[in-house]
Amino acid sequence: MKPPPFDYVRAATLAEAHAVLATEGTDARIIAGGQTLVPMLSMRLARPRVLIDIMRLPELATIEESAGSIHVGAGVRQAELLAWPDLASRQPLLAAALPWVGHAQTRSRGTVCGSVAHADPSAEIPLVLVALGGSIVLSTRRRQRTVAAEQFFIGSLSTDRRDEELIAAVLFPCAPPEHGYAFREFGRRHGDFAVTACAALVTPERVRLAVGGVADRPVAREWGALAGSALDDALNEFAYDLDARDDLHATARFRRDLVRQLGREVIMEARRCLA
Amino acid sequence: MPRLSATSRHAVSFVLNGRSTTADAEPRMLLTDFLRHVLGLTGTHVGCEHGVCGACTIHIDGQPARACLTLAVQVDGASVRTIEDLAPEPGRLSVLQAAFRRHHALQCGFCTPGMLMSLDAYLAANPEPDEAELRKYLSGHLCRCTGYVPIVAAALDAAKRLREDTANA
Repeated sequence: MKPPPFDYVRAATLAEAHAVLATEGTDARIIAGGQTLVPMLSMRLARPRVLIDIMRLPELATIEESAGSIHVGAGVRQAELLAWPDLASRQPLLAAALPWVGHAQTRSRGTVCGSVAHADPSAEIPLVLVALGGSIVLSTRRRQRTVAAEQFFIGSLSTDRRDEELIAAVLFPCAPPEHGYAFREFGRRHGDFAVTACAALVTPERVRLAVGGVADRPVAREWGALAGSALDDALNEFAYDLDARDDLHATARFRRDLVRQLGREVIMEARRCLA
Repeated sequence: MPRLSATSRHAVSFVLNGRSTTADAEPRMLLTDFLRHVLGLTGTHVGCEHGVCGACTIHIDGQPARACLTLAVQVDGASVRTIEDLAPEPGRLSVLQAAFRRHHALQCGFCTPGMLMSLDAYLAANPEPDEAELRKYLSGHLCRCTGYVPIVAAALDAAKRLREDTANA
């Protein structure tokens, strides 16, 4: 299992990365941490003509808080965000979910934006981004646009990114006051992709639940306060609407059950943390 | 802008086990193969070659990482440490290695270099590990011989001895 041949560009400026993307289009792939792309190359699931390494670009290597969001640049590794001292206070849901991303030995290299670019339907970072109503900053050499996470993930491993665009950053909204959060997932082993993952965000007036690993992308739904049995009914309806499929890891029925169980657990936990 | 052609080999300069090193690699060469075949350091083992088994774990810039998920050209300018650098001198084992031997924390030994490199980094950052956290951390490594019990015991014992060494230093 060895990667096929490709050229390798160590971009020294963002303009260079954009220029290669503009020229090569679908034949170019951005490489950051490489924790997903390198095994895809080795298994020949990706066959780019050129890789563009963006890890030497200081402008992409920053974590900043501005206008109520945490701005995470494309060069920021998952371990760096996890070690950011303000993480738990600014965005506790992200702090709760990040330790579930891969293993410590892959978070040391893998980037936050790389996980978003790959768009695995079971991945934790896209799920948190959808749960929080975050967004993705895409840039080309001429322009930049920001896309809401719910519009960005369009299917399994597919996103709204155009060939000439690179993900420059992702924006996680900071936790506003009077919010409760919780994250849980079920997988075969710690560090494996989740069979089902749930992230909840509650306020005194509303409940928002995002589910990963069931549909072909992370999906969020929002309700009012959901008192008593209305919670179970809402979760059951959501579980069916996600259109779960049978696969090697779990049956559709088991996944629906996980949505009902984990969904209830995270909503209750988020309510406790609100109280 | 440096564009390294797919069909030729390019110099990769980095610090390997404390020594400045330069060797040539094609862009597609994995760091595992670069270490083993080009540089002759065969202590880093190749298991699954897609990041699951942990046998190829090394340190890149002080952090545990999978050599099989890294291209050789990506470590240009970085500092890499492999299992060959773990023992303090030839014929003498590190505290962690000695604990592995005492506790029979290996049988076939295939997963051991990766386990040791990961645990070496973990114990340096967490001198008082908790068993549950340690087990979660070791989920990034597969061992098909031991059942993990002696590995966890060796890691906890090594942590204790390292704490004593620090206290007595």
